[in-house]
Amino acid sequence: MRRVLFAVVSTVVGLVALLGFKTHAPEALALGGTGTTGGTTTTTPKTAASAAPSTAASKAASGTRTLTGSSIDTRYGAVQVEIKVSGKTITAVNAVALPDQDGHSAQISQYCAPILSQEAMSAQSAQIQMISGATFTSDGYIQSLQSAIDQI
Amino acid sequence: MEPVVRHVEPVMGTVFSFDLRPRTGQRSSVDEAIRKAVAWLHWVDATFSTYRPDSQISRLGRGELRIEACDPRVAEVLELCEVEHAASGGYFSSIVAGRLDPSGLVKGWSIELASRLLTAHGITHHAVNGGGDVRVAGRPTPDTEWQIGVAHPLQPGALTSVVSGTDFAVATSGTAERGAHVLDPFTGQPPTGLASVTVVGADLTRVDCVATAAFAMGEQAQPWLEQLDGFEAYAVTDTGMAWWTSGYPTYGSVPSELATS
Repeated sequence: MRRVLFAVVSTVVGLVALLGFKTHAPEALALGGTGTTGGTTTTTPKTAASAAPSTAASKAASGTRTLTGSSIDTRYGAVQVEIKVSGKTITAVNAVALPDQDGHSAQISQYCAPILSQEAMSAQSAQIQMISGATFTSDGYIQSLQSAIDQI
Repeated sequence: MEPVVRHVEPVMGTVFSFDLRPRTGQRSSVDEAIRKAVAWLHWVDATFSTYRPDSQISRLGRGELRIEACDPRVAEVLELCEVEHAASGGYFSSIVAGRLDPSGLVKGWSIELASRLLTAHGITHHAVNGGGDVRVAGRPTPDTEWQIGVAHPLQPGALTSVVSGTDFAVATSGTAERGAHVLDPFTGQPPTGLASVTVVGADLTRVDCVATAAFAMGEQAQPWLEQLDGFEAYAVTDTGMAWWTSGYPTYGSVPSELATS
């Protein structure tokens, strides 16, 4: 007789698991290149001391770059994500476009944005290279986020 | 230090991401490999898209083109669909709403072959993501493994698991998958019980189909996935619970607050 395992899925638990993965894969994602959406980028890993910020992306504070993901159409409308990168770390993830044509979509927008911001940074800390998933708005968000990360 | 080459390509109504880790001296071959892989994906889209009335699959479905007149890849895909139809007890189907639609197999298959194409060009360390279906080969760096986050189906943007390793495929099927809705072919209705199911295995063609079939099965998927050789799975129910096959923790993280029943 097979054992069936059940557990409540929560973001908190997910984050704990991700932190566990951090120690499993301590290698830092190498940054330092420039990128364009819809094209190819090459990043040559550099040491922390020599990691130079991009010249193509817009700069805010010293070494902070803003990278904008592709605008992705979902059944609720367009989703577009922007990330800020400082050195080797994603410091912020902002939705620059989220659907808000009706109450339902607006609710989704308000609901998903903060969680997504938090989660993208945990993805960074866990050195995740790709995302697997299948939901409309989050799918668009993930694709836009992925395309922004792909520019790092 | 070896370079990281990334490429983003909008195709098949979604976004494909490439993460390539060529060895030193492979800079020219990596460009060629990306060109070939991208051209392949666009060819697949032009040939198999059910949204394009002039695609071979659309013309075949309308009876305007005989299978013998199609590219041999079309017959190959339809044969693979038959295999998956049988392997899933009819839950995987290439007939959607009475229309020929092998889309459920084509994306995973095209990514699998894109990955093999990259390997054939000497780019043996890479990851390819097509709208959430992922195939990885080799390693991101000599001493690390690929790590693929699984999106939480009920909390957009949150991750519910992380799959890590070398040379594997991951596909997730859920209620709001892009393109055609997944329907239970026996009832014609959307399946109930699962918010998403993620399947891990060696070949993305099969992994993607198993994920689609499992999602269509709903709660019945659990025993089916457990007895299936070569695949492990992790599912989130529509009530926010998770279950997984006994071998899944070898590849992916699971929630740590366990209640065993």
